[in-house]
Amino acid sequence: MQIFHRSTNLISRFSIFGGVVFVAFLGWALYTIALSSWYTRQNYTEQQPVPFSHRHHVGELGIDCRYCHVTVEKSSFAGVPPTQTCMTCHSQIWTNASMLEPVRASYRDNTSLSWIRVNALPDFVYFDHSIHINKGIGCTTCHGPVGDMPMTYRAGSLYMSWCLDCHRQPEKNLRPRSEVFNAFYQQPSGDTPVTYNGVQYTNQETLGKQLLTDYKIHDLTFMQSCSTCHR
Amino acid sequence: MSKEPNNSIDLAAARARLAQDGDKRLWQSLEELSDTKEFREFKENEFPAKADLAIPGRFSDDVGRRDVLKLIGVSAALTGLGACTKLPTEHIVPYVKPPEEIIPGRPLFYASSVIQHGVGTGVLVWSYEGRPTKMEGNPEHPGSLGAADVFTMASILNMYDPDRSQSVLHEGRITDWPHFAAAMADFNQQVGPQGAGLRILTETVGSPTLASQIKKLLTMYPQAKWHQYEPASGDSVREGGKLAFGKYVNTLYHFDKADVVLSLDADFFNVGVGHVRHTKDFTSRRDLGAGPSANPNRLYVVESMPSSTGASADHRLAMRSTDIEAYARAVAAGVGVSVANSSGGAKIPADWVGGVVRDLTAHRGASIVIVGEHQPPFMHALAHAMNAALGNVGKTVEYTDPVEANPTNQTDSLKELVGDLNAGKAQVVVILDANPAYDAPADMNFVDTIFKARLRIHAGLYADETAELCHWHIPATHSLEAWSDARALDGTASIVQPLIAPLYDAAHSSHEIIALLTGDSGTSAHDLVRSYWQGQRPEKGEAFEALWEKSLHDGFIAGTAYPASTPTLSNASLSQAPTASAADALEIVFLPDPSIGDGFYANNGWLQELPKPITRLTWDNAAMVSPATAQRLSLNKEDYVTLSVGGREVKAGVYIVPGHADNSVTLHLGYGRRRSGQVGTGPGFNAYLLRTAAAPGFVTGLDIKKTGDNYSFASTQQQYTIDVDGHQQEEESVTAMEPSHGRNLIQIATLDEFKKNPSFAKDPAEEATENVSLYPKWKYNEYAWGMSIDLNRCVGCNACVIACQAENNIAVVGKEQVERGRAMHWIRIDTYFRGDLDAPEMYYEPMPCMQCENAPCEYVCPVGATSHSSEGLNDMVYNRCVGTRYCSNNCPYKVRRFNFYLFSDYTTQSLYGVRNPNVTVRSRGVMEKCTYCVQRINAARINSEEENRAIRDGEILTACQQTCPADAIVFGNINDPNSRVSKLKAQTRDYRILTDLGTRPRTSFLARVRNANPEITS
Repeated sequence: MQIFHRSTNLISRFSIFGGVVFVAFLGWALYTIALSSWYTRQNYTEQQPVPFSHRHHVGELGIDCRYCHVTVEKSSFAGVPPTQTCMTCHSQIWTNASMLEPVRASYRDNTSLSWIRVNALPDFVYFDHSIHINKGIGCTTCHGPVGDMPMTYRAGSLYMSWCLDCHRQPEKNLRPRSEVFNAFYQQPSGDTPVTYNGVQYTNQETLGKQLLTDYKIHDLTFMQSCSTCHR
Repeated sequence: MSKEPNNSIDLAAARARLAQDGDKRLWQSLEELSDTKEFREFKENEFPAKADLAIPGRFSDDVGRRDVLKLIGVSAALTGLGACTKLPTEHIVPYVKPPEEIIPGRPLFYASSVIQHGVGTGVLVWSYEGRPTKMEGNPEHPGSLGAADVFTMASILNMYDPDRSQSVLHEGRITDWPHFAAAMADFNQQVGPQGAGLRILTETVGSPTLASQIKKLLTMYPQAKWHQYEPASGDSVREGGKLAFGKYVNTLYHFDKADVVLSLDADFFNVGVGHVRHTKDFTSRRDLGAGPSANPNRLYVVESMPSSTGASADHRLAMRSTDIEAYARAVAAGVGVSVANSSGGAKIPADWVGGVVRDLTAHRGASIVIVGEHQPPFMHALAHAMNAALGNVGKTVEYTDPVEANPTNQTDSLKELVGDLNAGKAQVVVILDANPAYDAPADMNFVDTIFKARLRIHAGLYADETAELCHWHIPATHSLEAWSDARALDGTASIVQPLIAPLYDAAHSSHEIIALLTGDSGTSAHDLVRSYWQGQRPEKGEAFEALWEKSLHDGFIAGTAYPASTPTLSNASLSQAPTASAADALEIVFLPDPSIGDGFYANNGWLQELPKPITRLTWDNAAMVSPATAQRLSLNKEDYVTLSVGGREVKAGVYIVPGHADNSVTLHLGYGRRRSGQVGTGPGFNAYLLRTAAAPGFVTGLDIKKTGDNYSFASTQQQYTIDVDGHQQEEESVTAMEPSHGRNLIQIATLDEFKKNPSFAKDPAEEATENVSLYPKWKYNEYAWGMSIDLNRCVGCNACVIACQAENNIAVVGKEQVERGRAMHWIRIDTYFRGDLDAPEMYYEPMPCMQCENAPCEYVCPVGATSHSSEGLNDMVYNRCVGTRYCSNNCPYKVRRFNFYLFSDYTTQSLYGVRNPNVTVRSRGVMEKCTYCVQRINAARINSEEENRAIRDGEILTACQQTCPADAIVFGNINDPNSRVSKLKAQTRDYRILTDLGTRPRTSFLARVRNANPEITS
């Protein structure tokens, strides 16, 4: 005996196929969300205690990265400047700017400024600044156009795939060590040739290959070994 | 085996089994010989279910089918969502003014010292941004030479211990230091004229500065008295020296110059002044790099409780501690000391007297006789006489002034204090660090008499049993928090340099407390220590400044070792009549616990969970008995018994130890704490309740009565058993190659056998397995890491286990989890016995991850969480692991550890400090294992590449290698034939284990070679 009318078949068909479509949609939606900059915080700026502008300090004034990030060549951690570093200049200029009051207060009261970390990696990733600097990876390769950032934002997704893109093909991003701290570096092209070791390079491919050997960049097995970054 | 296995040890069956298998059979535990059900479970599974251990109220208890389905559903649903968490917002908090030298992210090392029983040992402390994380030996310090023992390394955990005393207490109520200082303002009136009522009780004071402060206090109050008491501080060593020479001396042993060593109940690798240095020196003579022409030393040990020293001996004789005197007298007479022989009583094997005497006399000037700290003073005097008769003095044995600041007979000292308390003469008692309410001899009744003092002040790291009885309690500073000093084993002045301000404002050092009482409260401990040494040194002004800076950098003041002296031996010292004791009288021996010492370290989880040498017992002490005595008294393991001696009694669990002396029970000190902390309060049985001032070491007349109850122990001895037989059966059917069936995991030969066949350890069938793999071979262009462990050097001191725990943030799991086989140590010391149940030979094998070339774990991981690195490591990626445990199932060496629960403490703030920032703290559901300290490899690689050079041999020391007092572990690049590890692996003794599986492990062993004396057969 039939309990259900024939028309209910439509409902069951719809729910079966609809279910498949729904699961597929859900998967796509989650995937898109996970890749979205809303989720990765890529290109988002944070409300910092002091609205520090890299564009002004680096782009307009031309202060070297290492003036503030002193340990970047020596340690895994690039270092965020102590208040004292800010005060080397700001005890002389803009001494009354209200924007800088938190800096003066920090120096006066001996309490640290608390910046919000923009480029945060999970704790199981052991990134080391010094070795990347040493191997010819420029600051802006990962941190983006810092010299043009009025407020600092995260330039990459910082996903593992983002790291591996470069670990698998480092030659695409290598630059001469002399250019590592150049915040406005352009990859070699006909218009912007790059001189390395007295030779002018006009494309990244040849320069990258040369640097790959000169800087003794490891082979793919090492660059993809788990313990290279995870411990 | 058709017989249904049961769960209790059957000693008769064990004996029968051994008789059948012959005396070459290696075995690990009595459970193995009895083939208990529990043992089978452990052998067949790395992590047995052990459903019988389910604790009510725990998750494991009573989970029905429906619950399981519910849980599966919920976890499936939540797995995805769990991944959807956003990274939390992190803050960067820079310095306001950067301190010099600190580079964030890079460790700094500071030299300091750790004081144990009044002796300072140099340490180097890792500090990250001002946070000390790990203590290691100071390679330049004479007491350390880079090595450290378990207590030194674990003591950093005490500093971060959340149970540390954190505030000043006045009659149990929280107050603060200013209140205490105010209360002490009229101190001179409280102690009466001349300070007649004042008594200071300290532990053994090693700090010359503190001693000078106390002496200043005693000059201010001439009638006051200073007492020292520590339960296991070597009173009889001190008194033995005095007996022999008429004054207190410090004995300096040079084990590196000794060809023959006789230890009479002395565990000199782990106990006593300079034990780390002793291990270093001793094992330097165990090197067989020269091959058949090598000339290793020979060690005889006569002892009651098997110690790691006894296990490392070439010949070991189990004997009641009581009887060792008779043996010592016989040997002494043999080497030319005029001493009366004991008559009757102890059974002494004739070959053990004749053989040892001939060996000692054949090595005049190159031998050492050393006596255990718990043996009475007479024995120590006898050893001094023997060393003199053997011409060792000035060669292998030297004497200097005592290194402790004010040597006294501490038992007598405490007795005097108790007498004064009873007589009402002691009115004000200041107790610094000591804990007599817990560890004073039972017959002194300290707990009752202390109330006769009008004012009682206690300072200590913990608000312990003694603090409870005092009006005032001041939290003490940890050695990493305050300035102090000490003298090393040879008298070298060692500076204790703090690395961090006290974690708690209330904490004050003994220096500050005495300074308050002497009216110098304005002077800091730093100034006190500095000005003391300024007064001692000839350098003045800038010269002293330079010396001080250099000494702080080095950790010690160079050139301050005491000169050797030649005290005159008094012959009268040996006139004491032999003590007689019935041969079958039960004795009880009190030894400091190998893991938690005299009880101070009771609240240290690393040490509580550390498997003790030989017994591999954790979280407890036990009434240790020999198999024969257990049979005679019909005791079985885990019987709960009443031990009574001299009218005092204590209940304890029984633990059967192969190789223990018959008619002897060992009960280690330090357990049964009543007020220690979350970890230390509770476990074990309080041996101090049986220990009297007259017999602090051992006493006969013990009576054992069964209570009928059982007590469950957590021992790792039968866990992680490597199944040599099992894989043999399977292997035969799978492969046609010649399997190295049932090959022993420890390869052993005597020196003669080694000389005849230097390659005895090699597996002849190993070559065949070399290329058996479906996978292509790995290629290594630069480095290929490997390790060599010399079993001939290893003394089983456990230092590597604690070093690894500190370096790699290894969690403590607790007793119940250890029972289930879930202890997390990445390196374990497998202990094997060979031969007879009553007098077995004992062998050690440290087992870290083998880092196999063809690693079984790598093939089976479904998510690629363990994979081969370009330098040959079997990487373990915690963030990828989903916890299938396939890898540990497939690991024949059983070296993988699984986080069944959230073992790492994520909530206790103070414990964050001790963690190594370069190693991930693992969460639940994650597999972990030894990685050859990959964080150190990476740091060295980055350093070398920035300096554009290759990593130097010896630049990377794994944590275990770094601390090993025996230099048994060597790590390095096996791609470089000139590296130290390659050379060791090229030695003929090199062998790998389970070679027939074709795993090609990178960790290999150097076989054990016993330097047997053919004269000794028993």
